[in-house]
Amino acid sequence: MSEPTVGDVVAERTVHLTREDLVRYAGASGDFNPIHYRDDVAARVGLPGVLAHGMLTMGLSIETLVPWLGDAGRILEYGVRFTRPVVVDPENGADVTVVAKVAVVEGDAARVDLTVTCADTTVLGKAQVRVRLA
Amino acid sequence: MPVNPELVGRAFAPTAPYLVGREKVREFARAVFATDPQHTDPDAARALGYADVVAPPTFAMVVQDRTLQQLLSEPDSGIALERTIHAEQRFAYTRPIVAGDELTAQLSITGVRAIGKGAMVTSVAEITDAAGDHVVTATSVLLIGGDE
Repeated sequence: MSEPTVGDVVAERTVHLTREDLVRYAGASGDFNPIHYRDDVAARVGLPGVLAHGMLTMGLSIETLVPWLGDAGRILEYGVRFTRPVVVDPENGADVTVVAKVAVVEGDAARVDLTVTCADTTVLGKAQVRVRLA
Repeated sequence: MPVNPELVGRAFAPTAPYLVGREKVREFARAVFATDPQHTDPDAARALGYADVVAPPTFAMVVQDRTLQQLLSEPDSGIALERTIHAEQRFAYTRPIVAGDELTAQLSITGVRAIGKGAMVTSVAEITDAAGDHVVTATSVLLIGGDE
């Protein structure tokens, strides 16, 4: 892990999500809400389409940061607000882009803020990670 | 039925122990696009000082979910799954979850705030290991819509 300075982008990536990925997350997590894999149910409850699990977006976002940290045990706290859904098109999927930027450095701890977007819309609000540096 | 404000302070039993399996951690890691070898390779995890593969940080939800099932099954909760939106989620870690851990979670409801016909419900699950030591605190804010 490099010595962080406020404003540094320490990790970023774009993850392409498909319907298959949503089914895989449903199985791994145990969240089988059909709005994450059935267009008919999503339409019936008034959604713009099948949505990625919020916890999938939260989970893949922090995993962008783990290789930089080198040890998931450096993560002290991680919180998000689910502000906008990620609609996953049956053919084209969806691209989720994560940018991790150092916001605060205090002694041997830092706060890293994640900007998580899909189709130029921010999908997680106040996505903040508190990490131990040493 | 509106959300019951008396859920705050109610005592919930700890959940049955959840044994974290190595293959389950690998499956979850793949599902959240976790590429770091500590999540899948026991040797990489041991090099960091852990007994076995390290679960991705949001794996705690798998254990916390059992407390949310307790909440939903309270007959007087006033919380219906189809009217529930996950608004916020937070984890505060003492250490990461590692394969081999046997985890229990104890639920408490720390807030029920009426919003229109619905409510904002804050639930906190304290997740501890077989020795009773704290592993992670998982906090969910659920937005419950009102009846039509």
